[in-house]
Amino acid sequence: MTNIMTASDVHLSYGPVEALHGISMNFEEKELTALLGPSGCGKSTFLRCLNRMNDDIDNIKITGKITFEDEDIYGSKMDLVKLRKEVGMVFQQPTPFPFSIYNNVAYGLHLAGVKDKSIIDQRVEESLKQAAIWNEVKDDLNKNAQALSGGQQQRICIARALAVHPKVVLLDEPTSALDPISSSEIEETLLSLKHEFTFIMVTHNLQQASRISDKTAFLMNGDLIEYGSTEDMFINPKKQITSDYLNGRFG
Amino acid sequence: MHEVFLDELKRLNTRFMNLGIDVSEQIDEATQAYIDHDKKLAQDLVADDKKFARAALKVEKKTLKLMALQQPVATDFRTVISILEATSDLERIGENSMSIAWETIRVKGNRRIPEVEEVITSMSKKVNFMLDQILKAYVQDDEELARTMAKKDDEVDEEFVKARKIAIEGVQKDPEAAVASASYFMIIRLLERIGDHVVNLAQWVVYKTSGELVDLNSQHHKFDDNIDM
Repeated sequence: MTNIMTASDVHLSYGPVEALHGISMNFEEKELTALLGPSGCGKSTFLRCLNRMNDDIDNIKITGKITFEDEDIYGSKMDLVKLRKEVGMVFQQPTPFPFSIYNNVAYGLHLAGVKDKSIIDQRVEESLKQAAIWNEVKDDLNKNAQALSGGQQQRICIARALAVHPKVVLLDEPTSALDPISSSEIEETLLSLKHEFTFIMVTHNLQQASRISDKTAFLMNGDLIEYGSTEDMFINPKKQITSDYLNGRFG
Repeated sequence: MHEVFLDELKRLNTRFMNLGIDVSEQIDEATQAYIDHDKKLAQDLVADDKKFARAALKVEKKTLKLMALQQPVATDFRTVISILEATSDLERIGENSMSIAWETIRVKGNRRIPEVEEVITSMSKKVNFMLDQILKAYVQDDEELARTMAKKDDEVDEEFVKARKIAIEGVQKDPEAAVASASYFMIIRLLERIGDHVVNLAQWVVYKTSGELVDLNSQHHKFDDNIDM
């Protein structure tokens, strides 16, 4: 197992309020890690630190260190465009752009300056296949992506994230806006892809975390309470508070 | 929502404990009836010979329902799984003690070997004590107590060998004791099996408390290989 991302003592404050109190954790390559915790525990804030999505928020202060492939992502030499290409993100609400399926998936490639139509065609097909939606849309690539169902839209967004060949994909509650069938399609997609990509996923769906993640982290009030293999966390967590949370005693 | 789960779990625990107490009493009474040749008591004990199976089925149904509907994880999951598994051991213990009662009804007033019967009484007291202590360990999440009681099964196994030896020697001295001896062999085997199931119960207490799946019965298998004397 190779470490792909490492967070060391990450503190984050909004003005005078500290939201993360020193999070340290390693992410292994080609694993799916679930971040769990009650609303407001800081898990999404932490996730967004991993590809610097918090940079533009006013009064924010981040200390500690986050490395991606041994490079300090907050270091002065870090190329933000390159970082976001390698560490992609999928959001809670499906966010297809208001144009065709094809152009949605090709969007990142256009941005990256890829001009060769045959390369773009090939990447679009490959990404739609990886996101397990190719068979549903292959005859309709010019259809507006916003006309698809929620589950299909989310898979288009996953395909769009995969098209630029990221190494890590951050997922912020990727199925919470979807019905159970669409959710299970996304879960299957992630399961089939986790041997190729590293996923870090915030979820409120505990069963989803137990079904598809390799590691689980439990955060509360800005602290990392417990982090370990999903099996250990769901069968034999070290802390009673983890067990209580997983059984819905609070949160 | 989770108040509901805790309530259900509490009720499930009560049912499980009641089954344990009933089974424990049954061992005691069945062995006593056997020693006393008290056919009347034995008949009372077997009058409802499906009672443990029925009680176990109820616990199992409740457990499966909790698993499916409440989807417990971590500590709650281990508690529910332990109940499910331990219940099947309690049911086996109940059935074995039922067999002791049946043997009491069948046994004829033949020549007896009092020394064997003393060992049988001692074995029965031991497995009973172990069972009661392990139920206590279950309630108090006392892993140490469960492990200590599991170790006591070695004494039960030793008594099994001892009773068998005395019974064989008894028949050699007095062939008329053969019918009683055949019956003793069955009873001591049943008590020895009960001891093994009690050890399984201890294993579920350990799992519930620590999440560790252990085999505390390993001594027994060595012993089983050397059973011929």
